[in-house]
Amino acid sequence: MTLFETTVRLVPRLTLLLLIVPVAAGLAGVVAPAFGWLPALGGERWTLAPWRALAQAPGLPDMLRLSLVTGLASSLAALAIVVLFLGAFLDSRLFHLVRRLLSPLLAVPHAAAAIGLAFLLAPSGLASRLISPWASGWTQPPDYLFPGDPAGLALIAGLVLKEVPFLLLMSLAALPQCQAAERLQVARALGYGRLNAFTKAVLPGLYPLIRLPVYAVIAFATSTVEVAMILGPSTPPTLAVTVVRWLGDPDLALRFQASAAALLQLGVTALALLMWWLTERLVAWLAAGWLENGQRRRGERLGRGFGAGLTGLAILLLGASLAGLALWSLAAWWPFPAAWPSPMTLDTWRAAADTAPRPLAHTASLGLAATLLAVALTIGCLEAETLRRRALRPGTQLILYLPLLVPPVAFLYGLVQLQAQLGLTPGWPAAALGHSLFVLPYVFLSLAESYRRLDPRWGQVAAALGASRARTFWRVRLPMLASPIAVAAAVGFAVSVGQYLPTLLLGGGRLATLTTEAVSLASGGDRRLTAVYALGQLALPALGFALAGGLPRLLLRHRRPSP
Amino acid sequence: MTLESAMPAPTLILDDVVIHHGHQRLVAVDARIAAGEVLTVMGPSGVGKSTLLAQVAGFLAPAFTASGHIRLGDVDLTRLPPERRRLGLLFQDPLLFPHLSVGGNLAFGLPAVGGRRSERRRARRRRIEAALNDIGLASFADRDPTTLSGGQRARVALMRVLLAEPRAMLLDEPFSKLDATLRDEMRRLVFARIRARGLPTLMVTHDREDAEAAGGQVIELAPQPQG
Repeated sequence: MTLFETTVRLVPRLTLLLLIVPVAAGLAGVVAPAFGWLPALGGERWTLAPWRALAQAPGLPDMLRLSLVTGLASSLAALAIVVLFLGAFLDSRLFHLVRRLLSPLLAVPHAAAAIGLAFLLAPSGLASRLISPWASGWTQPPDYLFPGDPAGLALIAGLVLKEVPFLLLMSLAALPQCQAAERLQVARALGYGRLNAFTKAVLPGLYPLIRLPVYAVIAFATSTVEVAMILGPSTPPTLAVTVVRWLGDPDLALRFQASAAALLQLGVTALALLMWWLTERLVAWLAAGWLENGQRRRGERLGRGFGAGLTGLAILLLGASLAGLALWSLAAWWPFPAAWPSPMTLDTWRAAADTAPRPLAHTASLGLAATLLAVALTIGCLEAETLRRRALRPGTQLILYLPLLVPPVAFLYGLVQLQAQLGLTPGWPAAALGHSLFVLPYVFLSLAESYRRLDPRWGQVAAALGASRARTFWRVRLPMLASPIAVAAAVGFAVSVGQYLPTLLLGGGRLATLTTEAVSLASGGDRRLTAVYALGQLALPALGFALAGGLPRLLLRHRRPSP
Repeated sequence: MTLESAMPAPTLILDDVVIHHGHQRLVAVDARIAAGEVLTVMGPSGVGKSTLLAQVAGFLAPAFTASGHIRLGDVDLTRLPPERRRLGLLFQDPLLFPHLSVGGNLAFGLPAVGGRRSERRRARRRRIEAALNDIGLASFADRDPTTLSGGQRARVALMRVLLAEPRAMLLDEPFSKLDATLRDEMRRLVFARIRARGLPTLMVTHDREDAEAAGGQVIELAPQPQG
C-alpha cells in the first residue's frame, strides 16, 4: 500500500476519535463535579449536595418546562412548515424561487437572526413603528413583553425561523434519494392533489431520511444558549442559560450545582427526544389506515394556503429582521413611532471600526482553522469510502451527528474541567478544536452526496491510463468536486462564525468573536452597536458563500460548465 | 363512480400539440385516438417521446414550452392539473410505494366512497381482494412489494392504475424493463384490459414489437436537426 492509501484509510478512525473523545471526555468531566468531586475547588468527597442545591434552586420547574416546551414546539412548527411548503410547492415554479431565497438564509447565524427578530417585534421595533400611529394609534411604544415573554413565544419564533431553512435544506438533499419526483407523479396521475400526494406518497419515504436532522433540531432547540439569552425570558431563563450563568458566577461553589444542572440538561434533551420518538410511533400507527383510504383531495386548499402563508411569513420575518438591523446600524436619532431613522449616519460603523478588528480576526481565524480541519477530514473519510468501495456504516453516521445530538452545555464544561486538570491553558487552539467538532458534521452532510454520486468510471478511466490512486485523487476527483467542496467549506465557515458556547467556554472567556460580542451587546441597551456586530456576523458567512460560488468558476474558467 | 365508468369512453385528441425546448422545435403531433384504440409514438431515445407524454399527463418540465390542446371528449385538459385529468399513467418502472403493502398500493389507487365507516372499509377490502384475484395474485395483499417478482410488480402497477378508473391510458415504454419472456405476457394483459374497458391509449416506445402488439396507428418521430 502506498503512503497515500495508508493515510486515507486512517482518516475515518481519526475522525471518529475526534468526535467521540471530546464528547465522552466532556460528559465524564461533568459527572465528577456533579457529585462533588473537583479537587481544584476543594471538592474531595463524593456527595449528592450539588443535586440538593439544584433541586432547591428557585424556578427550577419553570426552567425545565420552558426548555422542554420551547424545544418541542419550535421543532414541531419548523417541521410542519417544511412539510406544508414541500407539499404545496414541490416541483412547481415557485418552489425553485423560494429554494433560492431560503438557502442563503441558512448562513444567517442563530444569534444574528435572534437579534434581528427581537429588534423587529419589540414594542419599539420596526413592526410596531410601521403600523404606528396611523393604524394602531400608538404614539408611545405599546406595553407588551417581547422578547423575553414568560411563555417563551419569542424564543419559539426565533428557533422556528432558523430551523426551517436547515430542515428544508436537509429535505432537498434527501428528496432524490427517496424518488420523490416519481412518487409524486404516480400519486398525482392517480388523482391525488399536490398536498395529499406529498403527504401520502412522498413523506413516508422522506421522513426516515431526515429523522437525524430533525433530532438534531430538537437537541439544539432544547439546549440553545445564545438564542435563549437573546429571546427567552430571564426570570427564570431556560435550563441551558442557567447552567452558563452559574458557570460564569464569581462564586466558584456554584460550579458543582452547574455541573449537576448540565447533566440534568442532558436528561431534558433525552426526554424531549424520547417524547418525539413516541409521538412518531403513534402517528405512524394512526396514519396507517389514512394512507390507504383513497381520499385524494381532503384539506388540499387549506393545507396549501397554510403552506404558502407560513413560508411567506417566515421569509418576510427574516427579511424584515435583516432590514431592521441595517436601519438600526445607520440610525443616529430614531424616535418612536418614526418608521425611518433620520438623520442617518455611519458613526456607529466608524466607532465599531475601532473595536471590531480583534473580534473580527478571531472569528475569521477560528473559522478558517476549523473549516480547514473539517474539510480535510471529510474528504479523507469520503476518499476512504471510494478506496474501500463501500459507504460508512450506519453507526458511523450516527457518531457524525453526536456533537449535534448531545447538548453542548452538557459536555463543553466537562472539557473545560479536564483542560484545567491537565494544566492546559484555554484559548485559541482549544476553541478552534471545539469549533471543528460542530463544523465537521455540517461539512460532511453537505459534501457526502456529491462525493458519493461522482461517477466511479472517472477514477477507472484515470487508473486505466496509468494514474496512481493519489494522482487520480489530486488530479481527477478533487478538481471535479471543486464546486461542492467550496460550498461545503462555506457552510462549515458559517457554522463556525455562529458558534457561541465553544468560544466562550473553551476560550476561557477571553477570546472575543463577533458572535460573543453581539450576544453580550444584545443584553445591553445599545441597539445601534449590536446591529453593527450582528450584521458583521452575517457578512462573513455571506462572503464565504460568495467566494464558494465564484472561486471554482474562476479556477475552471476555460472549461464549459457541465450540463 | 359507477355512473361515470358506465359512460362510453371518450376520444383522446391531441390537437396540434407542438413542444419546444428553447427555440428548438422538439415534437409536433396532431392525432385522434378513439375509444379502445392505441396510438403508438415511436422513435429513438432523446427524440422527445417522453416529453410528449409528460405534456399530455400534465407534468411538462418548466424548461419546455408547449402549444396546442389536449382534449378528452369535450373536456379540454390542457390547463388542468395532472390530478384532474383522469389519465392512467403506466411508467417504465412499476414504482410501487415501498411504504405500503401490495394491498395498500392497490387501495391507494381505489377512490374513496361514501357510506358507513366499517362498511366502507370492508367494501374496499373486498374490491382489493377481487382485483388481486383478477391478476393471479390472490392472498398477496399483505406482502411487501419488494418480495414480488418483476412480472408480479408490473401487474400490480397496472391494476393500481385501472382501479383509479381512468378515462384514457398513457404508456411510457411500459415493457422495456421486463425480461423477454415476461414482455409478451404483459403486452397481452395490458392491451386486453385496455380494449375491454374501451380506453383510448397513447403509448411511446422504441420497440417495434410493442407497436405491432398494440395494432393501432403508429407515428414515427425522427430526430430533429440540431440548431
